[in-house]
Amino acid sequence: MLPTMLGVVLLVFVLFNWVGGDPAYILAGKMSDAAGIENIRRQLGVDQPWYVQLGIFLKQIATFDFGQSWATGEAVSDIIATRLGPSLTVLLPLTALETVLGIALALAVAFVRGSLTDRMVMVACTVGMSISILVYIIVFQYWLAYKAGWFPVQGWGSGLLENLRFAALPILIGLAVSLAPTLRLFRSFVLDEAGQDYVRTARAKGLSERRVMWVHVLRNAAIPIITYVMANLPAMLIGAFLLERFFGIPGIGREVILAVERSDFPVIKAITVYVAIATMVFNLLTDLLYQAVDPRVQLK
Amino acid sequence: MHAIHDSAGLWMLAWRRLKADRIAMAALAVVGAFLLLLAASASGLVAGDWEEEVAANYAPPAFAAPSVPAAPATSDAGSAGPPPANEFDPLAGDLRELRATLGKAVAEPTAERAPSLLFGADKWGHDVIKKTIKGGETSIVVGLAAAALAVGLGTLFGAVSGFHGGLVDDFFNWFYNVFTSIPSILMILTVAAVLQQKGVLTIVLILGLTGWTGPYRLIRAEYIKHKAREYVMAADAIGASAWSKMFKHIFPNVSHVALVQLSILVVGFIKAEVILSFLGFGVPVGVVSWGSMLNEAQNELILGKWWQLTAAAGAMALLVTAFSLFADALRDALDPKVK
Repeated sequence: MLPTMLGVVLLVFVLFNWVGGDPAYILAGKMSDAAGIENIRRQLGVDQPWYVQLGIFLKQIATFDFGQSWATGEAVSDIIATRLGPSLTVLLPLTALETVLGIALALAVAFVRGSLTDRMVMVACTVGMSISILVYIIVFQYWLAYKAGWFPVQGWGSGLLENLRFAALPILIGLAVSLAPTLRLFRSFVLDEAGQDYVRTARAKGLSERRVMWVHVLRNAAIPIITYVMANLPAMLIGAFLLERFFGIPGIGREVILAVERSDFPVIKAITVYVAIATMVFNLLTDLLYQAVDPRVQLK
Repeated sequence: MHAIHDSAGLWMLAWRRLKADRIAMAALAVVGAFLLLLAASASGLVAGDWEEEVAANYAPPAFAAPSVPAAPATSDAGSAGPPPANEFDPLAGDLRELRATLGKAVAEPTAERAPSLLFGADKWGHDVIKKTIKGGETSIVVGLAAAALAVGLGTLFGAVSGFHGGLVDDFFNWFYNVFTSIPSILMILTVAAVLQQKGVLTIVLILGLTGWTGPYRLIRAEYIKHKAREYVMAADAIGASAWSKMFKHIFPNVSHVALVQLSILVVGFIKAEVILSFLGFGVPVGVVSWGSMLNEAQNELILGKWWQLTAAAGAMALLVTAFSLFADALRDALDPKVK
């Protein structure tokens, strides 16, 4: 984990310090003169040798202090702290609904595996997956919010309840987009288990199909499902950027888009590093969860 | 691969299995049709003239025309009529001069603009069908090129890493872990932010350089499995170099994995290109892709002009559905153990 983290830091460092060119020119913008650029370079520490810069970067990560956004002057740590809430308001209900519905539908489809229903659902999933998420958002926002007026078109408030009202349509769209691949994947997990010997044993001793599926199969299929859900959580933080952008939700994803548009390097750097850390922490948590779900798993 | 003719080899058997699968063949036909269209549009046979403003702005599709009478074509004088109507155009003189020097090479501005087209026109009066074909060309070429780059890199890294093992393997594994601990979309956006330039080549590089991890993992596993096989030892015995063992002897035996990965990645990259171009980090201004079409279509929809959205979204959905069905069938055909 530590070498990987170091690698992420190095990768980000190399990307922004060598591939990206001199940030002073970006910052100085159109009104650049030699003295101004020199001044900015000194402020950023770009005129220092590379190991000093790497040291600065490591210190920034350790102290959670990435300085200020180049675009707005807001402290980067404040940006991340305030954008996390709106992101989670959308993500947590979305992930919970997606997982529960995905498992329920996957088991339901697995009951009738190989039948026409099963195949129709799978074809519908493939077609649903091939439509761009952009189309879902544009069409749903137009029909359900703009035309029908069932949901607010976009916006964000201050209270949690108010925000949930704003988040409802994004969550619905996120669900429509993510349910198809999730269902396909969970179905394959369930069917992998449904062919095992212990399932035949359970059937042979006269258990109902329902009990076989919901208790025996589900407990074993839970491991890949947990892996998938946990591994996806940090990615979703960014993955919902299109939803956040369209619906004007001030979340992490929208912040990334804005930062890329404005070449706001400190913000992108900070978010990349912290999301990578989150990914690793979640991987560790997943391993711990395995033990809780499956007593056979031993952590060394 | 020369052995195909002697006995039914892997590829022949896979092809037979694929042929027996009716959905796969239909999907292949659709993908083939798209590729033909791409070749035709790349060589300028089809849609080479998409930038000509052949119709009225936002001309409706022919079948929907009755609901929108020809009124906008006549009442909207500024937009529908030929440009010379504008006497305040400060560039009119220059343009006339330019047209005179360029001769007939420039599209005739006085040509009558159609009030409606088969599938409508966009803001500037471009034919939406031609635009969709041209946009498809960009999107598919980006998808194919980026997938080829990603699979190429993944195969190279996977081969070196799996074949040599030891420290080399550790190094590439570390590299893999670093790349996978950053969510791919964040990685793509970060690289896009750093590169600071738009262009088809840039998108190919961004997608290709960030997408090699999936093929790498699978190819590495295959190489670890294969390097202990007898035929590799036999190659070793006749004095084949490591490089030759990796790519002459083992690669043909694992190339089906690379092919399946390629087809899966093409789908993913076409989707990614559309999103990148939509956000404005993708194709430059002046190049049309399905993503840039969706970007325009978003504002058009509010005005009730749904045809560009439908065309781009429909074409993309059709291609991606066919491609993913084909990729699934290809995986099943090449690896009958997986079901």
